[in-house]
This record gives sequence, structure tokens and C-alpha cells, in this order.
Amino acid sequence: MILLWLLLIPGVGGALAWAVGGRGPEWPRRVAVGALAIDLLLAAALIGPAAAGRSQWIARLDLPWIPQLGISFELDLDGLSLVLILLTIALGIVSVVISRTEITDRVGFFHANLLWTVTGVIGVFLALDLFLFFFFWELMLVPMYFVIALWGHENRFYASIKFFIFTQGSGLLMLVAILGLVFIHWHQSGQLTFDYFALLGTKMSQTTALLLMLGFFIAFAVKLPVFPFHTWLPDAHTEAPTAGSVLLAGVLLKTGAYGLLRFVVPLFPGAAHMFAPVAMALAVVGILYGALLAFAQNDMKRLVAYSSISHMGFVLLGVFAWNTLALDGVVMQMLAHGVSTGALFILVGALQERIHTRNMRLMGGLWGVLPRLSGFAMIFAIASLGLPGLGNFIGEFLILLGSYQASVVFTVIAGRSRGVTSRGDGGVAPRDHRARRLSATGLRPSGAKHRMATP
Amino acid sequence: MRELLFLVPGLPLLGAAILMLGAGRLSARAEAAIGTLSVGIAALIAFSIAAGFMLSPPVGDAYRQVLWRWFDVGGLAPEIALRLDPLSLVMILVTSGVGFFIHLFSTEFMAGEEGYGRYFAYLNLFVAAMLLLVLADDFLALFAGWEGVGLCSYLLIGFWWRDPANGLAARKAFIVTRIGDTAFMIGLLLIATRLGTLNIAQAMQHASAMWHTGGAMPTLVAFLLIGGAVGKSAQLPLQTWLPDAMAGPTPVSALIHAATMVTAGVYLIARTHALFQLAPVAQATVGVIGGATLLLAGFSALAQNDIKRILAYSTMSQIGYMFVALGVGAWQAAMFHLMTHACFKALLFLSAGAITMRLHHEQNIFRMGGLARRLPAAFLGFLIGSAALAALPVVTAGFYSKEAILSGAWADGNGGRVLWAAGLIGAFVTGLYIFRAVFIAFFGEAHTEVTGRYGWRVVVPLAVLSTLSVFGGLIELPPAFGHVTLLSNLLAPVLPTTPEAPGIGLLVVASLASVLGIGLAAVLYLRPSRPPAETALWRFWHKGACFDQLYDRALVQPVLAAARAGRDEVVDLAYDGVVQIVRALHRAAARTQNGQVRFYAAGLTVGSILLIAIAVLR
Repeated sequence: MILLWLLLIPGVGGALAWAVGGRGPEWPRRVAVGALAIDLLLAAALIGPAAAGRSQWIARLDLPWIPQLGISFELDLDGLSLVLILLTIALGIVSVVISRTEITDRVGFFHANLLWTVTGVIGVFLALDLFLFFFFWELMLVPMYFVIALWGHENRFYASIKFFIFTQGSGLLMLVAILGLVFIHWHQSGQLTFDYFALLGTKMSQTTALLLMLGFFIAFAVKLPVFPFHTWLPDAHTEAPTAGSVLLAGVLLKTGAYGLLRFVVPLFPGAAHMFAPVAMALAVVGILYGALLAFAQNDMKRLVAYSSISHMGFVLLGVFAWNTLALDGVVMQMLAHGVSTGALFILVGALQERIHTRNMRLMGGLWGVLPRLSGFAMIFAIASLGLPGLGNFIGEFLILLGSYQASVVFTVIAGRSRGVTSRGDGGVAPRDHRARRLSATGLRPSGAKHRMATP
Repeated sequence: MRELLFLVPGLPLLGAAILMLGAGRLSARAEAAIGTLSVGIAALIAFSIAAGFMLSPPVGDAYRQVLWRWFDVGGLAPEIALRLDPLSLVMILVTSGVGFFIHLFSTEFMAGEEGYGRYFAYLNLFVAAMLLLVLADDFLALFAGWEGVGLCSYLLIGFWWRDPANGLAARKAFIVTRIGDTAFMIGLLLIATRLGTLNIAQAMQHASAMWHTGGAMPTLVAFLLIGGAVGKSAQLPLQTWLPDAMAGPTPVSALIHAATMVTAGVYLIARTHALFQLAPVAQATVGVIGGATLLLAGFSALAQNDIKRILAYSTMSQIGYMFVALGVGAWQAAMFHLMTHACFKALLFLSAGAITMRLHHEQNIFRMGGLARRLPAAFLGFLIGSAALAALPVVTAGFYSKEAILSGAWADGNGGRVLWAAGLIGAFVTGLYIFRAVFIAFFGEAHTEVTGRYGWRVVVPLAVLSTLSVFGGLIELPPAFGHVTLLSNLLAPVLPTTPEAPGIGLLVVASLASVLGIGLAAVLYLRPSRPPAETALWRFWHKGACFDQLYDRALVQPVLAAARAGRDEVVDLAYDGVVQIVRALHRAAARTQNGQVRFYAAGLTVGSILLIAIAVLR
């Protein structure tokens, strides 16, 4: 039941925040922070069972919804979902707190949208009924559209519609793929179901698998975003209010990565393996392209947005390398990127509030007037560039190492150097704190690893 | 005592943390005390550990201290561990010892500057990162220190941030070295995947066991490590950042050039010498890079008028000597020169700093003149440093260490002889360019008035470093001079020994080269001289052989052009195309809705006829 509460609290909190909006701007903020704080405590309570690590699934809930069509309200939580949900709620609280001075208009409705976005994202991370997943996938889109369109900057209508069309269009492809998968499974087993676990082993021809996989892949690739589906992102991030940018970069992009990890590779291992070279090539192009364009920007917010494209390229690379190193790197990269990029957006937003421009060509000498803000900007900038000792470095290094580990030679060497490297996964009990947190994600590519040896 | 090893990098790190968190709340006195004492105590600990190490060496000549496990993923579990062996011992002594005197000097040099505490925070972090780099037992921890050094150099070169030019120099240093770091990182990934470990000692063992000499893999990895080393050590082709790094405060230059940063590349190659022995081609390349850089930098130093730029090119040139030593396998000679160079280069920079302090930050040697009488302490320091740099025979430390390199090169055979010749020419040029600066700046007529005075915190570091620059060479003497082998005995367990030095004839030749250089400088510049005419040749060397211009044309401008071209999102053109098509369709469809009833009626009729026709004809 705790999973249902995780969803209900921000959902109802949002409605409540809207309702109390008439009493003055302080009320919605209080309600929003309160709801998210309770939600965070609930989620934090799950860390204990997760660390105990008895099984992959920490908590599950399965309620009948539309039994005639095989649709149920099925929520499951494992380490990966938990980590991402914690990140989501934490960034949600941050978004509310930092909007204090920026949002003065329709405060109640703003916080309602913020909380509903959080609800949708949590739902995406929990739902393991494909229909329910699609429902939440669309749910998180609408309130975010309003956040950008109503409280955004100069070019907000263009940006919000672009965001909407890109996400909606690609979501449609995913719906088609979901239905295709369900029908094929129905045809085979005579059982109509949207249940993730039932659909996992569905057999199909290579071409069908590839087509269905592409339906999912494109939806997630738009969200992540992957080159060349990324063009909505710089506009949406730049035009959104700071809270919107933080949620977009910190959380919404991660739903794409989550989808790749949870659905694309496990549902279509063969097709994903075939597609891996293409995906990895796209990832590398995205990394370089995002970096080059980030370098070219004068608008500070666009710069951060393009850096996100570059960083998410690493995530895509790691997902399709599909080994322990790369996957743990992916999770680390998602968390580190959520925090560092969220912080950078907050800093840019704070700067814009103070000097009314985001054009870096008009800035200069800020260290003298804003020493603390500059100091923080320095810290998060070096975190973002992946300086060793900070989170992003671990993520990127593990991803690179995992993708590098392409060859059999390494296994041979690892076997030969007895005791140097532990053999296989989880052979060594994680000893320090960070290692435990990483392995708590529960990402252990057991079966899929052999099928998906990297190209 | 050894158990306190973690405090050696730990104390400066703690100092940096306190200074950063306490920014704005501490008095300048407290900031100076924290900054200086943290490094000072670390140096004291380092020296007492060294004493214990030499009296009773640990088993296997290495002491290992595991601090914590960084992470543990899929069999890869790098540790933050410190490894004390003779090589890292030498490095921590140099870094913390010289670093301490630079800190002490800074307390006076930077007095009254804006951001005094910030300065010491960066300086402490710099020393801490360098100490982590040299003590790391693991490539990943080494890389953390390596990047930390890069970051601190960026922060300190751009310390006076109000001038945009300083920011430019800082970015240049960071970006250029990071190009090398990328190669280094790829090398690390190869080591991790091919050798199955990131532990340095184990990786070297595995490399020797699994790879055969001259194989493709060791050569590739060695070249990637060279990429990192030439970036940090400012060697060809990534040397361009160093002259611009002079934008930082002078003690920072002393720190970058003497105790930290530029020696990191030399240390890295010495630390991974087992790998380079497996890759003779790569090792020879190191020597060639060193030989080319030492000549190029020497000639460039001749064409500078700014005292700090002269010293910057001299650093590049001296590191070139160390690379030559590494290239010919004279590993110990490289470390020996690294030590003496750290002392006399710190001395030269601090003397230069002491001079500019009293000359309204005037750095052009042609506007100095006659300083010998008016600034005797700084003069003495600079003179001793210059003598050591020029390897003045017998009485300076630089002579013995450079001699060790040259004889090592000679002993290496054919290829080594060429490098020996380059080193000999370099020695001549070194004497010429540094005493050109001495004679122009300290003799002749005064051009700028001297103001103010400096206290003991300037004089003491100069005195100590002068002493070291003269007597530091006594730890290792060639057979002709009493044959002392303290350093090579110490380093013998970690670095292969150099073949026996080939006699006194070479010593005489090398001595002659530097004496001739100094003599020529005396003949040319001990009389009133004007700045040189700007001939094309002079301009070429003044700009450091025009590498900046070359890179600007070949790399920077194309990247900038690509960035500018892509700024407005090329990919969006495709999506815009879709939008245009939809719009066109929309307009076409909208045109049918024109409000004329007869048009609609006609449409209805035509449509009905078509439908009926289809139905009938089917």
C-alpha cells in the first residue's frame, strides 16, 4: 500500500495546493512542501528494506483495474525505481523552494502542476503494467506543458508546443508498440494482459521485435533525449521557469533512461543487441554534438541544456553496453546529472532574477558582487565537467569502462590475475557506503549479459 | 611515524577546506597562519617519515596505507590508498618542502590583496592534490590528484580575475592540459580493461608478465600516457599554455613550475617506467620530445624581455632535460634533476617576485637595471638560481644533475648521442639566456626606482632555497668528484640504475658549454643595451616558435566556426521542413473553405458522381 500512498500524496497535495491558492501565495507553497516532505519520508523508509536486499522487488501492489482487457493497477518498486523516486521528490522540494520569488502569478495552480508532474514521474517509475505505464507517461506531460506555457520566458508558447508535440508524437509510437506486443502475446498464449512480467518472454520474429523495440526506443529517445530527437530540449529548458527546468533536466529526462533500462532491453533483448551499434553511435554523436553546441551558446540556460544532451549521451551509451560496470555507471550518472544540472539551472535562474539577462556576453566580474553564488557555480560546473572526486566522474568513468570492456580478453585477464578482480557480479560484498548505494539499484544483468555481449 | 602518512596530503586539504568555509570570517593573519602551517606541518611530518624510512626501510621498500575503498562495481574496486616508496618519498619532500617556503613567501607577497584567504585555499588545495598524485597507489586516485592539480592551476592562474586576459590564460592552461588528460584517461581505460586492475604496482607487474617488449598494446598505452604527461609538463606539442600561465601571482608560478604540476608528467613516466621499457618506441619518443622542447624553449627564452616569461621558457627547457633522461632510461638522473630544478626554479621565481614587488610590478628586464646594489638579497637569490640553472660547474646543484642526464644520454649509444648534443647546445643556450637576464636586470643603470621593503618572510625562503640550490647536488656526485650515491641508493629499489658514468672528458665538455654561454652573455650584455630589434626571426622565437598561431589556425578557428555554424540547431531544419509541409497542406485545404455556396454545391455534385461512377464501374 505504501506505493499507492507515494502516488496519492503528491497528487492530492497538488489539488489541495490549488484549492488553497485563494488564501494567499504562502499557502500553496506550504502545502506543496509539506506533501513532498511526507512523501520523501515515506520513500526514505523504503531504503532500509532495499539495503537488506532480500529480493529485487522491495514493495509491490497489484489491484484489478480493467480485468476484461487484462489491465491492472500494478506498481512494483526495486532499487532503481527507489533511487529515482528519491531524486524526484528531493528535486520537487527544491523546485518549490526556489520558486518563491520567481512565481508570483497563479501560485496555487503552479504548485498543483508541479506536484502533478512529480506524481506522473513517480507513477512512471512504479508502474509495471504497460497500460498503466503509458497512462503515467502521458500524465506527466500535461502539467509540465502548462508550467512552460504559463510561467515560462519570452518564447514560451513555441517551446511548450514543441515539447508537447515531440513527446506526444513519440508516445503514440510507444502505444502502438505496446498494443502490438500485447496482441502478439495474446495470440500466442491466449491470455490478454498488459502485465510486464507476463510479457517479458514473448517470442516473436526478428523483424517484429525490431519494429516494436523501435516504437519504445523512439519514445524514450525523445525523452532522454537522443540525437537527432533532441531539438525540443534546448527550447523547453530555456523557456521554462527555473522550477520547470530543474524538473525537466533532473527528473523527466531520467524517465527516458529508465524506460530504456526497464523495457527496451529486457523486453527485446535480441533486437536491442542488434540495434546496439546504432544506439551507441547515436550516443557518441549526441555526446559530441551536445558538447559542441553547448560551447557555441551565449545564452547560459541553453548552454546548460545542451550539456544535458551531452551527458545523457553517456547514459544511452551505458545502457546499450549493458554490463554491470556500465549500468551502475548509468545510475550514478543519472543521479549526479540530476543534482549538478538542477543546481546549475537554479544558479542561472538566480542570476537572471538579479541581472535580467542570460546572455553571457553581457556578464562579467560577477565574482566581485556575488562571491557565494560564484563559488557554488564553480563547484557545480566542475562537477558537471566530471572532475574526479565528484559524482559525474564516477558515472562517466564506469560507463566508459563498461563500454570499453567489449572484449573477451578482459575476462581472460581478470581470470588470470587471481584475486585481483572478483570474478563475476556481486562476488565481493560492497563495503563502503557508496558501493552499497550503487548496488542497491539492483541492476544485475544476469541473463541478458550473455545474450548482449557488446559489439 | 609512518602511520601519519595520510596527514601529508590531509593537512593541506583540511587547510583548504577551513579557508573556503571560513571565507570572510577569518582575519588575514589567521588565513595566512592556516595556509602556511598546514603545509609546514605536513612538510615536517614528511621529513620525519623520510628519516624513519631511510633508517629502517619497510619490507619491500614500500609502505601502503589504505584509506578507503572508492567504489566496488563489477569487480573493479579502486582504493584510495597511499603508497610510500623511495620515488614518492622524494616527491613529497620536494612538494611539501618547497611548497612550504612558497607559502611563507606568499604571506608577504600577497599581503593586502583582495581574496587573500581564497588565495591560500587554492594554494593549499594545489599542494594537497599534488601530494595525492604522487602518493597514489592507484591510477584512479592518481588521476584525481592529476585533475585536482589542473583545476587549481586554473583557479590560481586566473586568480586576479578582474583582468579578462588572466581568465583567458587560465582557460588556456586548463583546456590544453585537458587535451592531454583525455589521452591519459583513454590510457587508463585500456589499462583497466586489458590488465584488469588500476593498481599501479599490479598493473606494471601484469604488463611485464603479459605483454612482450615492443608489442602494440604497451606501445599504445605508453603513447596515451605520454599524451597526459606532455600536457601537464608543458612539452611539445602541448607546451603553449605555460608561458601564458605567468598571468597568475608570481609565487603561483613558483609553485606550478617547481614543486607541482609540471613535474607531474615526469613523475608519471618514472612511475610507469616498467611500461615504457616494454615500449622502446614510446620511450625513444619521450627523449625526442624532450630534446626538441629543450632547444625550442631555450631559443624562445632568448627572445623574451619579460623576466617571468624567460623563467617560464626555462622551465619548459629544463623539463625537456628530464624527458631526455627518461627517454634514454636514466630514470634516476631525471628524478635528481627534478629535485634540484624544484629548488633553483622556486628560488628564481621567488627572487623575481621579490624584485617585482619593489618595482611596481615591473617585469620588463630592460626597465630594471642596476638592481644588484639596491636589492642585494633578491640579487643574490636570482644569481645563485641562475648559476644553478646554467649549471655553473662544480659549485651548483644544477651542474651535477644536468651532468647526470648528459652522461646518461651519452651512455645510451647512437640515438642518445644526438640527444646529448641537443642537451649540450641547450646548456650553452641556457647560460646565455639566463645571464642575459641577470646582466641586463641587475647591472648597468637603474631605470625604475625601488620602493618599499620586504621582511623576513621574503628573505628566509630565498636564503633556504639558495642554500639548497648550491648544496643540494651533494647527495649525488659523479665518480670524478668523490662518487657520492645517496639518491641513487635510495631510488635503487624502484628505478633501474643508470650505467656507470663515462669519465671526466664529458664533464669538461659539458662544463665548457655552460661557461661559454655565460661568458658570451657577459660579453654581449655587460654593457648598456637596448631592447632587441624586432626582426622576423626574433618575433618567431618571441612567440615561442609561433605554435599558438599554428594551433589557432589549424584547430581553434575551425572548432569555433563549426560551433558558430551549429549554434542555431541545424537538426531543427529537418523538423522545420515537416512544419512547412504541414502548413502548405493546411493552406491548400483551407482554400477549399471559401464561403461560396456554388463552390460547395459543385464539390458535392462532383463527389457524388465520382462515388456513383466507382460503384457502377466496379
